[in-house]
Amino acid sequence: MNAIKKTKNAANAFAKNWANFVIRYKWPVLIMTLLLAMGLGSQGKMEFDGDYHVFFSESNPELEAFDALQDKYTKDDNIIVVLAPKNGDIFTRKNLIAIEELTAEAWNTPYSSRVDAVTNFQHTSAVGDDLYVDDLSYDSANKTNEEIEGIREKALKEPLLVHRIINEEGSVTAINITVRLPGEDSAKEIPEVTIATREMISKFQEKHPEFDVYTTGLVPLNTAFFESSQKDLMLTMVMLLIVIIVTLILTRNIFATIATLFVVIFSIVSAVGFVGLNGIKLTPPSAVFPTMILTLAVADSIHILITYLQKWRKDGLDKKAALVESMRLNFMPVFITSLTTVIGFLTLNYGDVPPFWDLGNIVAFGMTMAFLFSTTTLPALMAIFPIWKPKAVKTNKEVTTSGYAKLGQYVVRQPVKLTVISLAIIGMLTYLATKNVFNDEFVEYFDNTVQFRQDSDFINENLTGFYNVEFSVGSGESGGINNPEYLQKLNDFEDWLEEQPEVVHVNAFSEVARRVNRSMHGDDQSFYKVPENREEAAQYLLLYELSLPFGLDLNNQINVDKSESRVTVTLQNNSSAEMIAFAERSEKWLRDNTPEAMNSIGVSPTLMFSKLGFRQADSMLKGNIIALLLISLVLMIALRNVKLGLLSIIPNVTPVLVGFGLWFLLKGTINTGMVIVFGMTLGIIVDDTVHFMSKFLRARRELGYDAKDAIIYAFETVGKALVTTTTVLLAGFIVLSTSSFALNSYMARITVIIILAALIIDFILLPSLLILVSGDKGKVETPSHVQVQLDK
Amino acid sequence: MKKYRIFTAAFTAILAISMSYGQSSEERGLQIAKAAEKADEGFGSSIVELKMTLKNKNGQTSERYLTTRTLELTEDGDKSLIVFDSPKDVKGTATLTFTHKVGADDQWLYLPSIKRVKRISSNNKSGPFVGSEFAYEDLSSQEVEKYAYKFLKEDGDMLIVEQDPVDPKSGYTRRVATYNKGKGYRLEKIEFYDRKNALLKTLDYSDYKLYKNKFWRALSLNMVNHQSNKETLLKFSEYNFGSELVDEDFTEVALKRAGR
Repeated sequence: MNAIKKTKNAANAFAKNWANFVIRYKWPVLIMTLLLAMGLGSQGKMEFDGDYHVFFSESNPELEAFDALQDKYTKDDNIIVVLAPKNGDIFTRKNLIAIEELTAEAWNTPYSSRVDAVTNFQHTSAVGDDLYVDDLSYDSANKTNEEIEGIREKALKEPLLVHRIINEEGSVTAINITVRLPGEDSAKEIPEVTIATREMISKFQEKHPEFDVYTTGLVPLNTAFFESSQKDLMLTMVMLLIVIIVTLILTRNIFATIATLFVVIFSIVSAVGFVGLNGIKLTPPSAVFPTMILTLAVADSIHILITYLQKWRKDGLDKKAALVESMRLNFMPVFITSLTTVIGFLTLNYGDVPPFWDLGNIVAFGMTMAFLFSTTTLPALMAIFPIWKPKAVKTNKEVTTSGYAKLGQYVVRQPVKLTVISLAIIGMLTYLATKNVFNDEFVEYFDNTVQFRQDSDFINENLTGFYNVEFSVGSGESGGINNPEYLQKLNDFEDWLEEQPEVVHVNAFSEVARRVNRSMHGDDQSFYKVPENREEAAQYLLLYELSLPFGLDLNNQINVDKSESRVTVTLQNNSSAEMIAFAERSEKWLRDNTPEAMNSIGVSPTLMFSKLGFRQADSMLKGNIIALLLISLVLMIALRNVKLGLLSIIPNVTPVLVGFGLWFLLKGTINTGMVIVFGMTLGIIVDDTVHFMSKFLRARRELGYDAKDAIIYAFETVGKALVTTTTVLLAGFIVLSTSSFALNSYMARITVIIILAALIIDFILLPSLLILVSGDKGKVETPSHVQVQLDK
Repeated sequence: MKKYRIFTAAFTAILAISMSYGQSSEERGLQIAKAAEKADEGFGSSIVELKMTLKNKNGQTSERYLTTRTLELTEDGDKSLIVFDSPKDVKGTATLTFTHKVGADDQWLYLPSIKRVKRISSNNKSGPFVGSEFAYEDLSSQEVEKYAYKFLKEDGDMLIVEQDPVDPKSGYTRRVATYNKGKGYRLEKIEFYDRKNALLKTLDYSDYKLYKNKFWRALSLNMVNHQSNKETLLKFSEYNFGSELVDEDFTEVALKRAGR
């Protein structure tokens, strides 16, 4: 007991000395911290990265497989501009002229390497031994009505066009702009392309109001990532406003509010410096860091300020004494809660999704700085500012205090009952939590307010799919793609894929082989099959290669030594589980029906996102366990009680289970962003437990209360503070939940539920458990209200 | 393939060039192109074997061996016959091309596997030649009429001329060619700018050799695509100017025969 007292006294003395030092050197301290914040801030740089690749770590096997495929074939990004004429018919002279015009204009897109439209499609026809290769519709202005009718017929029969460039009805068409981004600076290249295409489209719409225009593709996807980062960054302003209002209401003091603003702004500026120094490029998940830091940092200041003002207003201490006392009382709790929050955020590094590493590290750094500024800048500023007597000191504190006390009394009367009920509810929700399924559909990362989502939905419904899976099917020998056996098996695979219900379009080399074979036989449909001998296939391929237009080469579909070819399957919108099931089904078909060399695994950005949630969950598991162990250890040390430290695991873990259980009832599907909430919220909600348990222990140890009185004491002393910080946290995460980006908004929504659940659990289950483990339920409940009041 | 003709020059042409000032840059550009064409006039016909090496962005390569026969024509574009010697499964495949000063070229293809000649009608000049970084329009005979010219600058013996394709189907907005005045107006380098006027490719000529004391032939042509980071290297064996080819060597029958 003596040793404990000693350490406690040591900590108290340290906090006191710290406070005295800060107050004595208030100006130097203020200037030093200002210089520190400005110095860090001057290194700050806010750069964004919109490339979807950022979501995948370098060791991600799906990314490796996808990169390997992109290394073998041409690596392209694209913009799909979809035109829907209001008259519902692509094939009118006027509309074809407009399409030709836009196609010509699209060649000017920066980094473009190829533009594919219905008009410049290379159509091959054969008459006897003469082959004619030409644009499907060139110089449409001079076409006769019969010719245009002919163009429609050819187009709607063309497997390379239907479901890719035009729909079956011929009422919607796409212009596919292939771009080859140098990939040196996506923050520069992607906006460059986006600005150019938007300008082109708005000019086109001005001239041709008879068309509705929609845009999708990988570049617009990247742009959407980009823009949602910037939009989410703007949420900071909303949160800043909320911080000002909340601080004003809670402290009723303008100087306290200004001081708080200094602390949070210094913390954010420092974090921005951290971003710049580490060369972090912001992505939608990491761009929310200022709002998070604001939310979490403001709590530190509020704790210190409320105690300070209370000591001065109510207890009549002078300004300096009140400040020192407030620092003495709050230094350790603020330190411990900051430490647990930092630990929680640092564990995000265990995940497999780099943007969340950045988020974790930036917020961890910001919180460290927030702790520093809350214990230096804040008291220094409050020492400098005059202190005004508020006009109305009258508070309804009596009422609330007794409200918390009443809740406490209610709990201590029936700890067993409450424990059983709580555990039953938690148990049920935990069961439901396991029923959630992962779903990372990247189109659905954006809500319906985002143009990219609206356009992509239209295109999915009316033209083609945005989701795809690719296979690199090998032949096992150089030049082997001309082996008739390989071609036949590839053809079988293509046929099988076409039969699958979710498939919209299949692009396979076997189709090319069939097409050229038919052309070489005077367009005889009975030769629309793969060639039967190797020389024939090889020579047809050479002919085909000779007929390819500008910007296209075989490498789109065939690797350099002609041993493998690429099969691209376009799919309808599918959930992650369906995507994975489709890929596995296809892989199985290849295993069952083709020689080993032809076995291949499906890869694509869609599939990578589909598996991202599972991968993140697996990798976060270790991080979560470490977070739990470390934070429990911190609690044991802070509370100086192993038993209660272990007990604290229950109120710290159960809110997450409750959160996901309720989420199942609300939504049922979870995404990658939500996987991080365990580690993240653990560091936040543990604060409630720390405050509650430390007050409980203080009552037991210092005041000699029995368990039940100690509970009531804890309710009365920290009840309000817990409700206050929970309110601030809820406000912050509710602001974040308005994000149009689902990785952020879902994460914020479940965090809201978890934080709320944590408060309820800390008010109901935790006190009940504390009474039960204390084992002195036999004692008669003594009204210790008076004593408690005296203690304040 | 007449294109190599303009890469070479004749001494007579140098004399023919007036270095008078007061010329517009368009006139001077055209003059240089004409001088280059004139310098290579009269080679008659040639046979050359070449190795085409395709290199992708990761450095993986594939090779093709071809034999090219070219017949010089003055009133219209040259005739050429290309035979693929390898890879094995396309051996004997051959193309016959009649380039025209105006309008689309005529092209025939012989496929030994089906033993038939196919005539191909295509406006596809901007497409790649058998997967290389060379487009048809880069390889076909370089008639003066195919471009509008603009002289840009002079750097020692080097004359830099912009060439704007007349054909709207060309894949380029312009080419910037470097002629070597001191070496019979042979070409040293061409830069190709795509339709959005961004640098697409650079072609470098090297290992020049002088034949018959008049015709410069580069035995090595390297085309680098700056956007896809792919390269194509053409390595020529010795040119044979002594074969005395005639019109009969450039017919459908000859095509079949050449392909075997």
